[in-house]
Parts: sequence; structure tokens; C-alpha cells
Amino acid sequence: MLALDTATPAVTAGVVRLVDAAPPELLAIRVTVDARAHGELLTPHLRAALAEAGVGVGDVDAVVCGTGPGPFTGLRVGMVTAAALGHALGRPVHGVCTLDAIAAEAPGGEPLLVVTDARRREVYWAAYDETGRREGPDVVTPAALAERVADLGVTRMAGAGRYAADLGLPVVAPEYPSPVGLVSVVADQVLATATPDEFRPLYLRRPDAVAPGPRKKVGA
Amino acid sequence: MTGSVLGDTLVLGIETSCDETGVGIVRRRSDGTVELLADEIASSVDEHARFGGVVPEVASRAHLEAMVPTVARALDIAGVKPSDVDAIAVTAGPGLAGALLVGLAAAKAYSLAWDKPLYGVNHLGAHVAVDTVEHGPLDRPSLALLVSGGHSSLLEVSSLAGPLRILGATIDDAAGEAFDKVARLLGLPFPGGPYVDRAAREGDPAAIAFPRGLTGPRDAIYDFSFSGLKTAVARWVEARQREGMDVPVNDVAASFQEAVVDVLTAKAVRAATDSGIDQLLIGGGVAANSRLRALARTRCDAAGITLRVPRPKLCTDNGAMVAALGVHLVAAGVTPSELDISADPALPL
Ligand SMILES: [Zn+2]
Repeated sequence: MLALDTATPAVTAGVVRLVDAAPPELLAIRVTVDARAHGELLTPHLRAALAEAGVGVGDVDAVVCGTGPGPFTGLRVGMVTAAALGHALGRPVHGVCTLDAIAAEAPGGEPLLVVTDARRREVYWAAYDETGRREGPDVVTPAALAERVADLGVTRMAGAGRYAADLGLPVVAPEYPSPVGLVSVVADQVLATATPDEFRPLYLRRPDAVAPGPRKKVGA
Repeated sequence: MTGSVLGDTLVLGIETSCDETGVGIVRRRSDGTVELLADEIASSVDEHARFGGVVPEVASRAHLEAMVPTVARALDIAGVKPSDVDAIAVTAGPGLAGALLVGLAAAKAYSLAWDKPLYGVNHLGAHVAVDTVEHGPLDRPSLALLVSGGHSSLLEVSSLAGPLRILGATIDDAAGEAFDKVARLLGLPFPGGPYVDRAAREGDPAAIAFPRGLTGPRDAIYDFSFSGLKTAVARWVEARQREGMDVPVNDVAASFQEAVVDVLTAKAVRAATDSGIDQLLIGGGVAANSRLRALARTRCDAAGITLRVPRPKLCTDNGAMVAALGVHLVAAGVTPSELDISADPALPL
């Protein structure tokens, strides 16, 4: 299957094989970390990963896509790409909370906080224990999240390591969601060929409802 | 081209530069005639109404939701299979950056999944090309007047597949923006164009002498300015209100509209005459304005210029215009875009 995510600065595309109960197997991956390049690079990355895996686009059985939370513009690139691929190929599109995909690849053990950059001096977060996601996702300032660390009982964090000092937590991998991480979250659903949940972006913020400036302008 | 029958070319076009998610499907026959098979639109205009203008983030969210359902509807209505499609065309600019990105990403995905070439096209060129759906091939060099909430431009069009030459453009507000702002001032709903048009029909266009922007002897002859006009209308209305008098909405609407339409048509006809061009094409949302159509007709007839204006639904932003430009590019053998093409909010021509 094709797995992709654009909810973090990483433009992530991969081809993953999923057979029965075996762990998902990565066949090919293309990642570029550039928060401004999602629109340009995602589809070329998908094409390159398919070519390297030797998989024709028509042989894809399902599309798995991170649904955020993520800064709006980049997130939408991945979501609309996944939705259009699913429609064009007549295949299901499975959405995965991007924070869940990061948590899925963190080493097992103590309760974990997953944090990603939300811009505007805020972070997206969710808390996990051995049974899965316990709280979140939500968007807050790093300071507000730091105050909740003790309360949440988390002892380590994954994701955007630059907030480790703010949160007073040691950092574990991964920093970004990977194709295998994305697929592993929905593996049971995919194998059961169950109908995917509704494919909706996790914006977690309302659109800025300020009075707009002039509409698009064309240079003279 | 693959999938084409008897030299026909079929293109699916996607438009998301502002608040309309448009998907059109157009077929070009080998004799050059162009046929519209589908023109589906999902608009978020109602969501913007309370802000009095388009909110980019609201528009982008709506594009994401509407994209796949709109493509599905267009394919369904046209009765075509993906294998019938020869190419995907998409607006690459100009427009709202976040909104353009949604359509472009979707177009790339369809291009990859269906293995069809991708054409990133210019929105203004698409406004020009759509007229061929209604009035047939563009048989000779033409002048295009494109007027909407986002653009007010005078362009010289030598061929649809070639670059357009900008003769003039607005130096401040777009014409449609002026309609929106004056409508608001008069207590009329957003978008203002249709409401001002309606009110103006009951008013006297000569009631108030509003200024004609950039028509002085030393002004740029093909450029437009509507900001001063908008301010003049606001001042007039405020002065009236200060004196405790009623605002004659219909007369203000008619006089304002006349000032806009007078300048647009005068400059377009002059540019055509100066360039030795005998065909004028009008597009964009403001081309739906009944007074603009009527005055353009009168002035073109007087100057011996052939006037081409598509029906109002094709004048506003839609996917058919993008598909229409797409078929001409395919037919002209233009090289497709790469999959890493980026949205360009200020795309030059
Ligand atoms: Zn337009």
C-alpha cells in the first residue's frame, strides 16, 4: 500500500507491504524535510517510491494518510492527494492521526508524550500508554503543556525534540511519522478490508475569521 | 494521444484559485470545435458572505472537502471513464496560495494514478479560452478584457496556446472588488455584483457624476483604477447620511456601475482600435453584469469590433475554462508540466 504524511515539516511517501499478521514491511521510502515543499514534492516522492519498489500504481490496494493535526496548508496537500488517489484508483483511503503514527514507532515502555510543531508558538500533542492514546490530540502553548506533564504521567517524548527542554522530558525516536508507522496503526482495519473511518483533517483550530484583505490580485 | 478516438482530445480541468471548486470536462474534435461535457462547481461563497469577502482559510478547507466529490460528479455527468481522459489541466496561478495548492495536489494525484499528462495553466488564459466552448475556435488575434473580484486586465491574445500580452491592469482594486465594497456601503449582500446590477436597473445612471479613474490625458491609457471611485461613492453616501437624507440606493448603484462600465469598455475598445484588432472578448465574473454587456455591445458595434462574451455561468470561475485551455494546449503540442510544478499565486502570463 501507499503511505503518506504531510502534517509535519517532513514530506513523507512510502510503499509498504502488509501480509496477514506480519509486521508491515517497507519496500521504498522518500522523505524530504522542508515545510514549504509539500505541494511540490509529495507526488514526485510517491512516484519515485513506487518505481523503486517496482510496484505499479494500479497494484496499490489501499492508501494510508496522516490526517494531522498539522499546520493547514501542508496537511491539506497530503489529504487531498490521498483522497484523489483513492478515488482515481478505486481503493480505500485510511486516515491515521499523525501523532498515533509517531507513537506506533516509539520504543515500548513508559507513558509517552508525542509533540509536533503547530506554528504560532503552539504545539500539537497526545499522550500514550501501553493501551494506546489516552489523551489528545490537542493544541496548546509549550508552557501550558509543560504544566500538564506531571498530571499526564508521561516520562518521555517523541516528535519535535526542540520542545524537550520546555517540557523537561527525554526524547525518543521517531521525530516524524514513517510509512510503516502509519500503516501499523490501521493494519487490522486494512487486513479486515473494513470500511475506513471518515477521512477528515484534524485542524484543531478554527479558521482565522478576520475581515479579509483584497482578493487575489494580478500584477500589472 | 492515448485514449482518444478519431483525433478527439478530452481534458479534465480543475480550478481552485479562489472560492469555487470547479471541475470541467471538455472535448476538442479534430476540426477544432470544442464541446463542454461537464462543468461542476462547489462554491463556498455562502460561508464567506458574513465576512464581506473571501476568507482564504475557509476557502481552502472547502476545496479539500469538495474536491473528490466534484471530480466524481463531473465524470458521471460527462459519462466518461478515466481511460477516456487524455490530460489533466489545473490552475497553477494566479490566485490564493493555499487554495491553488489543493487543486494542484489533486490534479497531480489524478495524473499519477491515471498516468495522464498534467498541464498547470494560467487562470487568466483559461478565462479567455472558455469562450471557444460557446463561440467556436478563436479565428484571429483578439483583445481580452478580464474583469472579476480578483482581476481587471486588458490582454492581447494572438493564440490560446501562446503567451498573452498584458496591455493594462488595475493599479489598485479589481472591478469586482469595487462592486463588493459599494454593495456593502449600500447595505446590499455579498457578493455585490448581481445586487448592484439589479438595483441599478431601477436607478438613473446619470444621477451622480462619479469620477472615471485614470482617464486624464496623462494617465496610463490601458490601466484601471477603482479605488478612487469607491472612495467617492463612500463620501457621497456619508455626506447624504450626515444631512439626514435617505440614500437613493438605486441611483447610487446605477451611477457607480456606469462609471465602472464606461471606463472598462472605453479602454477596451480604444486598446483594440490602437492595436488594429477587430475582436473583443470579455470574461470574468463582472462580465455577467448586464450593463457591461450592453454598453460593450453598443461601443463594439460602433467601432466595427466583433464582441464575444460567453454566457454568465462560463464567465465566473469554473473548471470548464481550465479544461478548455487544456485541450488547446494538448492540441498545440505544448509540453506538459512536471509533477513537481508549484502553485504560483502571482503567476505571470
Ligand atoms: Zn477568475
